[in-house]
Amino acid sequence: MTRLRGRGISAVNYPTGMNLGGDPSQALIHATTTGNFVVTLSSVDLGQGLRTIMTQIAAEVLGVPPESVIIDTADTDTGPHCMGTFASRATHRIGNAIIMAATEARNALLDVAGEELEVAAADLETDGDGRIAVKGVPGKSISVLDAALAAHFKYGRTISGRGIYLKPRSYPDFETGAMDPDSCQAHACTIAEVEVDTETGEVRVLKLTSAYEIGRALNPMMVEQQIVGGSWMGMSHALYETTEPYYPDRAHGPVDFAEYLMPGPADIPQYDAVILERPSASGPFGAKGIGEMTANSPIPAIANAIFDACGVRIDELPITPEKLLRALDAAAVAPRR
Amino acid sequence: MSADITARIREDIFAAERAGVFRAVGRALPRIDARAHVSGSTRYYADRSFPGLLHVVMARSERHHALIGGIDLSAAEAVKGVVRILTHKDVPNNWYTILKLIGMGPDEEPVLAEDRVLYRGEPVAAVLAETADAAREAAGKVRIAYEDLPAVLDIEAAMLTDASAIKPHGSNLFIYDGRDHFHVHCGDTEAAFCEVEHILEHSYQSSPIEHAPVETTGAIAVPEPNGRYSIHSNTQAAFFTLDNAALILGVPFRHLRVIGGTVGGGFGGKVDVIVEPIAVLGAMRTGRPVKYAFSREEEMQVSSPRAAERIRIKDGVMADGRIIARDVRILVDAGAYSRHSPYGTIKAAAHMPGPYTVPNVTINAWCVYTNRTPSSAMRGFGVTIGDFAVEVQMDRIARLLGRDPFELRLQNAYRDGEMKPHRKKVEGAALVEVVQAAAERIGHSLPPEYRAMSSSRKG
Repeated sequence: MTRLRGRGISAVNYPTGMNLGGDPSQALIHATTTGNFVVTLSSVDLGQGLRTIMTQIAAEVLGVPPESVIIDTADTDTGPHCMGTFASRATHRIGNAIIMAATEARNALLDVAGEELEVAAADLETDGDGRIAVKGVPGKSISVLDAALAAHFKYGRTISGRGIYLKPRSYPDFETGAMDPDSCQAHACTIAEVEVDTETGEVRVLKLTSAYEIGRALNPMMVEQQIVGGSWMGMSHALYETTEPYYPDRAHGPVDFAEYLMPGPADIPQYDAVILERPSASGPFGAKGIGEMTANSPIPAIANAIFDACGVRIDELPITPEKLLRALDAAAVAPRR
Repeated sequence: MSADITARIREDIFAAERAGVFRAVGRALPRIDARAHVSGSTRYYADRSFPGLLHVVMARSERHHALIGGIDLSAAEAVKGVVRILTHKDVPNNWYTILKLIGMGPDEEPVLAEDRVLYRGEPVAAVLAETADAAREAAGKVRIAYEDLPAVLDIEAAMLTDASAIKPHGSNLFIYDGRDHFHVHCGDTEAAFCEVEHILEHSYQSSPIEHAPVETTGAIAVPEPNGRYSIHSNTQAAFFTLDNAALILGVPFRHLRVIGGTVGGGFGGKVDVIVEPIAVLGAMRTGRPVKYAFSREEEMQVSSPRAAERIRIKDGVMADGRIIARDVRILVDAGAYSRHSPYGTIKAAAHMPGPYTVPNVTINAWCVYTNRTPSSAMRGFGVTIGDFAVEVQMDRIARLLGRDPFELRLQNAYRDGEMKPHRKKVEGAALVEVVQAAAERIGHSLPPEYRAMSSSRKG
């Protein structure tokens, strides 16, 4: 038995938003009488944390604590239109719609606070912790709760806002391919370290090290979780998964998780990642989408690491033990290219 | 949840551009719904119960490509608990295409098969029964008479001019504005190949991949007292589902309401609109709530996978490592129907030649129909397999020239102000910086001139 180690790298970019644009999303925001803020959407949280990110964006713009933001989403009777959660678009599109809605709501809030404090709204600032204060005048402030109560019960005003974001549709020139497909590009470089067992053809991924540039990490912990989850999926694509193992032959299609193999807990490599931020001009606080791309860079990095380890190239995914053993056998009888 | 897993942000890189003071943004807040998810108390669509709920199980094609001589429902209808069996005759607008609302026609997929089936697993008859078991038993007793046709399963074979055309428009290729493929070019690739030191040409292949969500695709349609229908769904796109379902069912958009937003894994697999129209149709025809959820087997073999792709890259490389010509041929296996593949094929072409500036590029991308499960959107749609091809190709170039693979990528990396083949100017590039940061992370030292490189200035 021989276990050979190798290292491979890959560098990738990934577009944010639906290709060619034309994919709007909206947000509506209103304050309750007690100074909480309901963000109404029709957007879908796939488990990636959309509700949390949208809470943070709304809280940032409104200048209130995240705990006072309520996300009400995905009922088409109450929520305004959203194109959907795909194409690494949710943070960018919905985030921008929320910024627009929250800006309008914030202005309404500050107008009321200004009247209560008898100063111009432009002289006010929020502390992000539930208070609105007059800039440079210590002690002169009003709580968001009191401002909201006053708006509703004293002035008869709503504190609300409407937001939409659209990247206008680009229509490609079919002669040249000229087009504007994306809103911005995120970037990644991944280094895979693997061990190839030349007797069984099994590949063990030992470590995945990555650098991701995503504009702005709106929630660094969730960014890291995307990187970890995506790395796992990329490793699984590289080495395990297909619904047609002998494609294009339709035979032997797996029908359950006993046949459709994916890495288990014992197969998980060590992860390490650093995050870079180059804010995009169009993104909310500069953020770009990271949702999809984290599965991409590990695949070629692992393929290149396998070559580095054992000197054979497998150019067909997934790189199964069967393919690897056949290639190693072929390389043993043929001179190396 | 502890903050110690928070990834390290390199605040020193792009320091001036990323400056700013934030209170809520940038915080490592735990997911609002994390506790409910991990404790099993989150309510998904299937956790709702409705009195009188009916269950759908689909009778499906057992053939890759065949004419349907007839459908015999008698044995299925005799199964105890069966309430109704729907065929194509029950579907008001049986022919549709998912991207109709953004103008990517034509209608080319039947909701339920009519005179023929184009893939194994294609839906033919929807059995509605009091229990899932009864529906399953009856679906197994739907007798479909087939007359087999030649199956086209290989994308290269499907493209041959004498290949039997499986689609009514007489070709196995999606037509883009009168052309059988999508094309992008810049510079003069052929002329550049005459000037280069090395030409590398390799092909890369992937097979279909399943989204493998924990929660399979599903929906429950409920007739409401006011004549509307509520759809409790795990769709990734609520209005997309509503609009397409209304078009298929021929009802005013206002008659439908989609309630969702909590999904047990999507990865692109819940962007197609497959289960909702049948569930609503069942509710319309029976007046009862109807649940249609994929079994695990259906999720794996019938639900759209990631397309298999075959990508050939031909590169012209100078002795110093500069790639001055790249010719890319992309074949996307759409399977039997379009779904989102014509869109994904354009995205694949828009992504090439990867994050590098190559002055002479030709990209030709074909969306090819075959007699297999239609492929559609999946995480990294149009890009994942292209990245595999480009980055293995880059490794080959580095080895051919005896170059450090980090340095080769830095040398060819795209920078601000450069032009993509699709004629959009690069802005906000950061490939150089992620390569430098990753190299640093593993202690791989780069020569000073490579460490000094930047995406925002030439050097």
